[in-house]
Amino acid sequence: MPYNQPSPLEVRVLTRRFGLPDSQSLDTYLANGGFVAFRRALAMKPEEIVEELKASNLRGRGGAGFPTGMKWGFVPRNSPKPKYVVVNADESEPGTCKDRLLIENDPHQLLEGMLIAGLVVDAHAGYVYIRGEYRYLIGILDRAIEEARARGYLGKNILGSGFDFDAYTHTGAGAYECGEESALLESLEGKRGVPRIRPPFPAVAGLYQCPTVLNNVESYCAAPAILRDGAKAFSDLGTPRNGGTRLFCLSGHVNKPGVYELPMGFNLLRMIDEVGGGVRGGKKLKAVIPGGSSCPVLKADECDIAMDFDSLAKAKSMLGSGGVVVMDEDTCMVKAAVRIMKFYAHESCGWCIPCREGTLWLKKILMRVHEGGGFASDVPLIGEIARNMLGRTFCPLGDAAAMPTIAFVEKFRDEFEAHLDGRCPAESKRASA
Amino acid sequence: MPVHYRSLTVAALSVQPGRVPTLTGIGGIGELSMTFSPELEARFERLLKNYPAGKQRSAVVPMLLYAQDELGSVTPELVSEVARRTGITPLQVKEVVTYYSMLHEKPLGKHHIQICTNISCMLLGGGELWEHACRKLGIGNKEVTADGQFSLEEVECIGACSWAPALQVNYDFHHEMTPEKLDRLIDALRKTQ
Repeated sequence: MPYNQPSPLEVRVLTRRFGLPDSQSLDTYLANGGFVAFRRALAMKPEEIVEELKASNLRGRGGAGFPTGMKWGFVPRNSPKPKYVVVNADESEPGTCKDRLLIENDPHQLLEGMLIAGLVVDAHAGYVYIRGEYRYLIGILDRAIEEARARGYLGKNILGSGFDFDAYTHTGAGAYECGEESALLESLEGKRGVPRIRPPFPAVAGLYQCPTVLNNVESYCAAPAILRDGAKAFSDLGTPRNGGTRLFCLSGHVNKPGVYELPMGFNLLRMIDEVGGGVRGGKKLKAVIPGGSSCPVLKADECDIAMDFDSLAKAKSMLGSGGVVVMDEDTCMVKAAVRIMKFYAHESCGWCIPCREGTLWLKKILMRVHEGGGFASDVPLIGEIARNMLGRTFCPLGDAAAMPTIAFVEKFRDEFEAHLDGRCPAESKRASA
Repeated sequence: MPVHYRSLTVAALSVQPGRVPTLTGIGGIGELSMTFSPELEARFERLLKNYPAGKQRSAVVPMLLYAQDELGSVTPELVSEVARRTGITPLQVKEVVTYYSMLHEKPLGKHHIQICTNISCMLLGGGELWEHACRKLGIGNKEVTADGQFSLEEVECIGACSWAPALQVNYDFHHEMTPEKLDRLIDALRKTQ
């Protein structure tokens, strides 16, 4: 069962089986639309499946929003090398807790998505890389895999089609960096999770240097719905070029935090007020991080916005991984910026110097500003260091640390400057209330 | 509401005293091998078959983590044993051990309390929860109580943001925590000795 009450405003496509009795079982899955898509896919050519995905306007749910159909189309299925399907279940972007629910409540949906990907790229093995903290999911998914194998939905000659495919779980052991695709592959190969230089991309040289399709859990889980209900039905749920629904993880200062499946393009203010029950304690909204801690913060007056990839890019932020972090008027933005930078400094893998050194220096400077021991030159210095990290690392972790920091300083500069004078505007506001 | 999942069992070290290999530092490879519980041996056997022939190195991280659950920490003997079983050098295993934050070379408490203080938890009192736990147990980050029952760790996002503030005891999630709930949890765990 989900951990929060569902909202009547939800459009439940990927979460349609959540809350059904025994929703982890194959029987519940089959009785509720399961494997309709895979049977359909068996009768289609791989190119037709790719076209269907492209037409659905499904974009990668891990954060970057790259069109999933296009990504699958890049994998050279005629390569003589083995091909692999890899699922990124290393969910660790602060603010994000949705993939956990997809596996916990409906593991067979993910397996069906992997099978469809396997058909498209001619892979016979798929790995689900699950973050170490989500140990309980390994038990759930292993049981689902066993059940599917016993009933002929995995293994040799699936449903008499002649297609062989097997799925395996693989645990991580605590490293945010392993959510980055190339670092994930290194980790899956039994090494330190440091990123690879690209090109070549995983589609060409991924796991064991073989062609690999690698997507987020939610992206795979969307594939069965697309082939079952049709690309158009899926696409029509969202906004132009942003098909389908999205699992939004509402957290922070709202009355009803929770994970809610809403159409792409759902208005952010409406999400906070009508789905999340408004800001806690009747306070005013101050800011929102719209898609996990890497995404530049939006000020309250920027929050009347459609939650899709293009609208947020236009607002110089990102839809990211769906983690919507709501902050009320009493939140100290310097404290928020410090906490986020502590995270990136801890998680930087140390491979690229701009990220390894940049995150540490930004952490130190932000901490001294927050504690009232900063210099006047620190505020511009923070921006300068952050801008020097942008685009200068192998993987996006450097950018993920720099972008939100630049936004915090630009949008809440007065608060940083007040801290230099030993004042915290948020704290004095709380004290006078 | 706190959610309990399968508890981690820290079983007794199943290496027979007489069978512990003599090692000369991390680079040494013992003649004798370690044995684990039958359940873990079966898990290792399945695990090594999950990867294509010649790619058994892939099993390194899972083997270390599952073995740590049984042994309590990643010991030099374990490093050598995982190296032996996956066909790589102990140094290659060691460099993996030092990378992943969940792999520990020193034993943790029986109940390892991991409190998230990242952004979503911070906004709802994760920092206060962390300070409360430190005071209550009289230990700091990555420290173990004298009786070996509890250890504490301030962790990064554990993926429970919508049910914040959250913590994990070993692998069990506890959502929407308060200092009072934490007190009750610690008292209950103390009684499970």
